Amino acid sequence: MLAPSFYTKTDEILSHYPAQERSLIPIIHEVQETYNYVPVELLPYIAKHIGITETKAYSVASFYERFSFEPKGKFIIRVCDGTACHVRHSLPVLERLRSELGLSDKKHTTDDMLFTVETVSCLGACSLAPALMVNEHVHPAMTPEKATELIKELREEAKNA
Amino acid sequence: MKKIQSREELNELSKKFAEAIKNEPVRILVCAGTGCQASGSLKVWEKMCELAKDTEISVEFAPEIAHDKNQVAVHKSGCLGFCEQGPLVRIEPLGALYTKVKPEDCEEIFATTIKKHEVLHRLLYKNKITGEECFNQSEIPFYKGQTRVVLKTCGTIAPESIEEAIAVGEYQALAKALFSMTGDEVIKTVLDSKLRGRGGGGFVAGKKWQQVAGQPEKIRYVVCNGDEGDPGAFMDCSIMEGDPHRMIEGMIIAAYAVGAQEGYIYVRAEYPLAVKRLSLAIKQATEYGLLGENILGSGFNFKLNINRGAGAFVCGEGSALTASIEGKRGMPRVKPPRTVEQGLFGKPTVLNNVETYANVPEIILRGADWYKTIGTSDSPGTKTFALTGAVRNTGLVEVPFGITPREIIFNIGGGIRGDKKFKAVQIGGPSGGCLTEKQLDEPLDFDSVKKLGVIVGSGGLVVMDEDTCMVEVARFFMEFTHRESCGKCVPCREGTLRMLEILERIVAGQGRLEDIEELRTLADLIIHTALCGLGKSAPLPVVSTLNSFPEEYLAHIQDKKCPAHVCQKLKQYIIDPAKCKSCSKCARGCPVQAISGERGVPYKIDQAKCIKCGACIAACPFKAIYIA
Repeated sequence: MLAPSFYTKTDEILSHYPAQERSLIPIIHEVQETYNYVPVELLPYIAKHIGITETKAYSVASFYERFSFEPKGKFIIRVCDGTACHVRHSLPVLERLRSELGLSDKKHTTDDMLFTVETVSCLGACSLAPALMVNEHVHPAMTPEKATELIKELREEAKNA
Repeated sequence: MKKIQSREELNELSKKFAEAIKNEPVRILVCAGTGCQASGSLKVWEKMCELAKDTEISVEFAPEIAHDKNQVAVHKSGCLGFCEQGPLVRIEPLGALYTKVKPEDCEEIFATTIKKHEVLHRLLYKNKITGEECFNQSEIPFYKGQTRVVLKTCGTIAPESIEEAIAVGEYQALAKALFSMTGDEVIKTVLDSKLRGRGGGGFVAGKKWQQVAGQPEKIRYVVCNGDEGDPGAFMDCSIMEGDPHRMIEGMIIAAYAVGAQEGYIYVRAEYPLAVKRLSLAIKQATEYGLLGENILGSGFNFKLNINRGAGAFVCGEGSALTASIEGKRGMPRVKPPRTVEQGLFGKPTVLNNVETYANVPEIILRGADWYKTIGTSDSPGTKTFALTGAVRNTGLVEVPFGITPREIIFNIGGGIRGDKKFKAVQIGGPSGGCLTEKQLDEPLDFDSVKKLGVIVGSGGLVVMDEDTCMVEVARFFMEFTHRESCGKCVPCREGTLRMLEILERIVAGQGRLEDIEELRTLADLIIHTALCGLGKSAPLPVVSTLNSFPEEYLAHIQDKKCPAHVCQKLKQYIIDPAKCKSCSKCARGCPVQAISGERGVPYKIDQAKCIKCGACIAACPFKAIYIA
C-alpha cells in the first residue's frame, strides 16, 4: 500500500487529462516523470478512473520499454547502442560505467539510488557517436575514460546538491 | 495575440516580419540542434547573449519593436547538419560560418566580426584536401553537393519563433491551398508531384490522400509518424527541432485536402527537444489562427495534438502507431482493413512521416512540375539522410534522389575517417542492408536500391570501414529486431530469436557450416509469414551480409577467426616471448588458470581455457601481452 500522498498526487495528474482510454499513456508518462518510475499500485487506481480494466492498464504499462516498475536512480544514464554508436564502440563505455558502479545487465540501479545505467536504441545524436544521455542531457563522443570522469562529476554534483 | 483573419493579413504580417529580420544589423545564429547542444552550443548562446547585452543591444527577436542601428540579435537555430564541426555559429548578413565555437571564442567574435566586420579566420572550416578556408556554407564541400528543399530554412531561422517562420514564407502554401484550391486540387497536385512516403515504404502519398478523401465516413484523421526508431537515423528529429512549422503546415494542408478535423503527431519520447519545440509551435500557430477554428478566416477547422511514444520501435508501423495513440499496446494488426479505411479510432486516416509532410508546402507553392525537376522520374524530390559511422563529415544531409552513394560518402562526407578502407554502407536501418564498394555507383532511389536487395528506408546511412565485422553487424541488428518484436506473431517472435541464437554462436566461434543454410531458411520463412513490416524486413540485414560478405561468415565458422578483429571471443591473447620476463603476475591474475610457465622461460596462454577477460594484460608490467 502506498502512502496517501501518492494518490493525491495522482489525482492531480489525472485532472490534466480526459477520463478516457486514450489518456492512459500520457498519464503513465507523467506519473513516471513525477516519481522516476511507475508505482505499480497506482495502475488499478488510474484504470478505474479512466474506465478500463486493471489488466489492460498493466498490459500497456508493461509493454513499453520506457516505463519502469522499478524505482530509478537520481541520474539515469542511457547509453546509446544505436548502429552509429555501436560501430564507434559504445560497448566499452557501457562496460566501464557498469564496472565503476558495480552494475550489470541484470542490476541497473545502484543501492544508494544515485545511478541507473541502461541502454537505449538511438538518441538521435549519431553524428557525435558514441553518445549517452544523463537525464535529458546528451554527452557526445564518449570514451571509457570520459565515462569514469562523468561518474566522478555526477557524484560531486550530488554531494553539493 | 490577434488571430490572422485572411490571406491578405498573412501577407502583410509576413512582409512586416521579414522587414524586422532585415533590420537586424547583425544576426547571430547559434545552432541548437541535438548534436550541437551536446557539444555545448547552449553555453555559447548564453555567452553571446551576455555579450550582446553589454553592448546595449536587443537579444530576442521582437518584430513589434523598431530596431536601432546598433542592435545585435542572438538566436538559437535548428540543426545546420554539419554536426561533426559543432557547435556551429552563423553570422548574418556577413554569411560567415564558424565551426567548433567555444564560449571562450565569443569575445573575440564580438571584437572582430560583430564590431569591425572582420572575419575570424581560425574559426572557419578548412577544406580537408586543399586546406583552403571556407568562408560560408556554400564553399564547404559538405554543403556543396546538397539540394535543400525540406531543410531549406532549417538552421537559418529560430525554430522557437513562429514570426521567423512566417517571415520566410511559411504558411503561404496553406493560404494558397485554402483560398485558391479545392481539396481535390490539392490532392491532384500532390499526386502529380509523385511525392513518395519518406518513412521507408515509398508509397505514393497522394494515393493515400485520395483514398481517405473517397471514404464514406466523414470523421477523418491526419497522423504524423515522428517515431523515428531506426537506430542511426535522426533526420526527422532535426526537422521537428529545426523547422517545426514546415511540417505542421504540411499536415494542415493534408487535413484540408482530405477533410480531416483533427490530427496527431506521434513523437519518440527520446526526443525531448522535438516535443518541446512542436508543442510550442502548435501553441503559437493556434494563437495566430493558423490552427484551431476558422483557420485564416477560411471556415476550415483543424486541431493538432502531440502524443509521445514510450520506447517501442514497432510503433513506427502504422496500425501499431494508431493503437498506441488510442492508449493500447502498440501491436500491429492484420490488414485489411488498411489505415486509409479504418485507421485511428477506426476512422479513415492519412498517415505519413515527418519528412513527407515537410515536402508538401513547397509542392503546393511551386507546383508539381517544379518538384519533378528534382530527383529521378519515379522518385522525384530529395531525401534527407543521417550520415554517420566511419565517415569524416558526419551529419544531416539532403540530396536529390538519383545521386550515387559514392558521391554522398566521398564528396559530401569527405571519405573514410582516419584514411581507412571503405567496407560497406548500411542503408535502411534494421529493415535494410549493406551496399558494398561495387554498388557505390548505382543511383540511390526507391526502385534502384530495391534491385540491390536493400531499401532506402527512413534515411540512416551508417558507413563502415575495414575495422567493422559484418557478421557482428548482422547480429547487432538481429538482437535489435528481436528485442523490439512485439511478440504477436510467431515467425517474428520465435524466428528472430532462432536467427539471433545462430548468429551469436557464429560470432563466438562455435558456428557450424550448416548454420548458413539454416539462416537462409529462417530468413525466407520470416520474410514470407510475419505479420507486419518490422517482422518481414527483420532478416534483411542478415541476408544482405550473407550475400555480400560470405567469406566473413566462413572465416568465423571454419577458421574461427574474425577478419576485422572485432569479435571478442575470437580474439587471441598472446604473450610476446621477447618481452616476457616470466614474473608470473599474469598467471596469478588469471581467473581460470589458463596461463602457465616457469622461471626463466616465457609464459604461455592456453587458448582453450582463456576466457578473453583481459586480466592478464592489466596485470603485466612489461606490456608483453597483445591481442591478435
